[in-house]
Amino acid sequence: MSADAAQRTIRCLVAKVGLDGHDRGAHVIARAMRDAGFEVIYSGLHRSPEEIVQAAVQEDVDVLGISILSGAHNTLVPKVIDGLEEYGAFEDTLVLVGGIVPDDDKDRLKAAGVAEIFGPGTSTDELVEYIRANVPER
Amino acid sequence: MDLVESLLAGEHRALARVISKIENREDGYRELVAQLHEHTGDADVIGITGSPGAGKSTLVDKLAAAYREQGETVGVIAIDPSSPFTGGAVLGDRIRMGSTVGDMDVFVRSMSTRGSLGGLSTATRDAVRALDAFGKDKIVIETVGAGQNEIDVVRAADTVAVLVPPGSGDDIQMLKAGILEIADVFVVNKADREGADRTVKQLREMLQEGPGIADSHGLEASDSDIEGGWQPPIVETVANRGGGVREVLDAFADHADYLDTSGRRAEIDRLRTAEEIRTLLREDVHELVEAEIERRGGLDTAVDRIVARENDPYTIAEEILEPIVAAFDDQQAEGD
Repeated sequence: MSADAAQRTIRCLVAKVGLDGHDRGAHVIARAMRDAGFEVIYSGLHRSPEEIVQAAVQEDVDVLGISILSGAHNTLVPKVIDGLEEYGAFEDTLVLVGGIVPDDDKDRLKAAGVAEIFGPGTSTDELVEYIRANVPER
Repeated sequence: MDLVESLLAGEHRALARVISKIENREDGYRELVAQLHEHTGDADVIGITGSPGAGKSTLVDKLAAAYREQGETVGVIAIDPSSPFTGGAVLGDRIRMGSTVGDMDVFVRSMSTRGSLGGLSTATRDAVRALDAFGKDKIVIETVGAGQNEIDVVRAADTVAVLVPPGSGDDIQMLKAGILEIADVFVVNKADREGADRTVKQLREMLQEGPGIADSHGLEASDSDIEGGWQPPIVETVANRGGGVREVLDAFADHADYLDTSGRRAEIDRLRTAEEIRTLLREDVHELVEAEIERRGGLDTAVDRIVARENDPYTIAEEILEPIVAAFDDQQAEGD
């Protein structure tokens, strides 16, 4: 490979937002993404929407995966999306949600700008394939 | 508004995007960096390195918070290794950057090594340029200190701090392998732990041992360095509780003064610039050679002949280079 060849690598932020201390799933996802050759930034636990937005903007990620198991997705996720919009970062960021989300809420989240919601039982291969197929062109 | 204008106007998104282009070496990134160059030169650049687990991210976090208290804006480039197998990476340094979250005037960017051959130091320098042009007062480069690549990376910094965790002699062993020489400041972190005193003592002995220690830019210490030159101080910290952070800042400030009063800053800048030009040229020439190999339809035929002992690598290399040399000679002749 030549020295100046473009080296596009998919960058993902795996974010835990709100009062939810369960990050086993987020760890598994982060590791699967790494093994798929992505660069993964993990936020750590208990992040506020503002912190997630800050990290997503500064790191210029292609994919923002929000993991929520607390049930507060209807309040927290739209805040993150609003924040991304504020910085002009929403258009070319693929926003995904992972966790337990009731069907009714899924439609609301999608209407708010979430591209896809991954519930329990999703295989990591499925997720990686989805990202490869849907990562925004830049 | 184009990307450079947006960056100069203070748009975070533009800064982030410029750094991505630099990292990806996208078409046009060189023009971007070229445009940014004239807007740089105002930031203090600090390099922080040390073994994994030494507490680099925690110290960087506390330093960033202290700079913000002084009203200064901060850029952080945190470099983590990528997997040599998949190229993927988990960049975890942000987790420990808790003191300044929600403060956009601290711009933290995680970069992976991406297994690039020497390209990392170029990418780091260019990312520093982007942050500098954006107007950051302090720029901190954080990287694991092991191997030539990382040492090249921290050379983008004016002041290099090496973190040493207390304890095993092995850490000191690691220092012997080239990291001792690059330190302008030593930080013995986790100084509340057992063995910290011993580590400080060992470091002190090693520093006294070595006349002719080169500094972070690989310059041999000259006579002036020995008399009234820079002696790397050893600062003890307990970074997770903020202990000793003030002393670290003071040591950085002292080193910055030294660079200015001794004229070393200008000297280093010139050396670094010359080295940068060389690196870029090496990459460019490499491109030319790759293109020539491509034009000849790859190396397979050549390899066959060499393996069959019908030819040798040196002759083949000369053949491939010939048209490039010829073009160069033509240019020279025209110039005369």
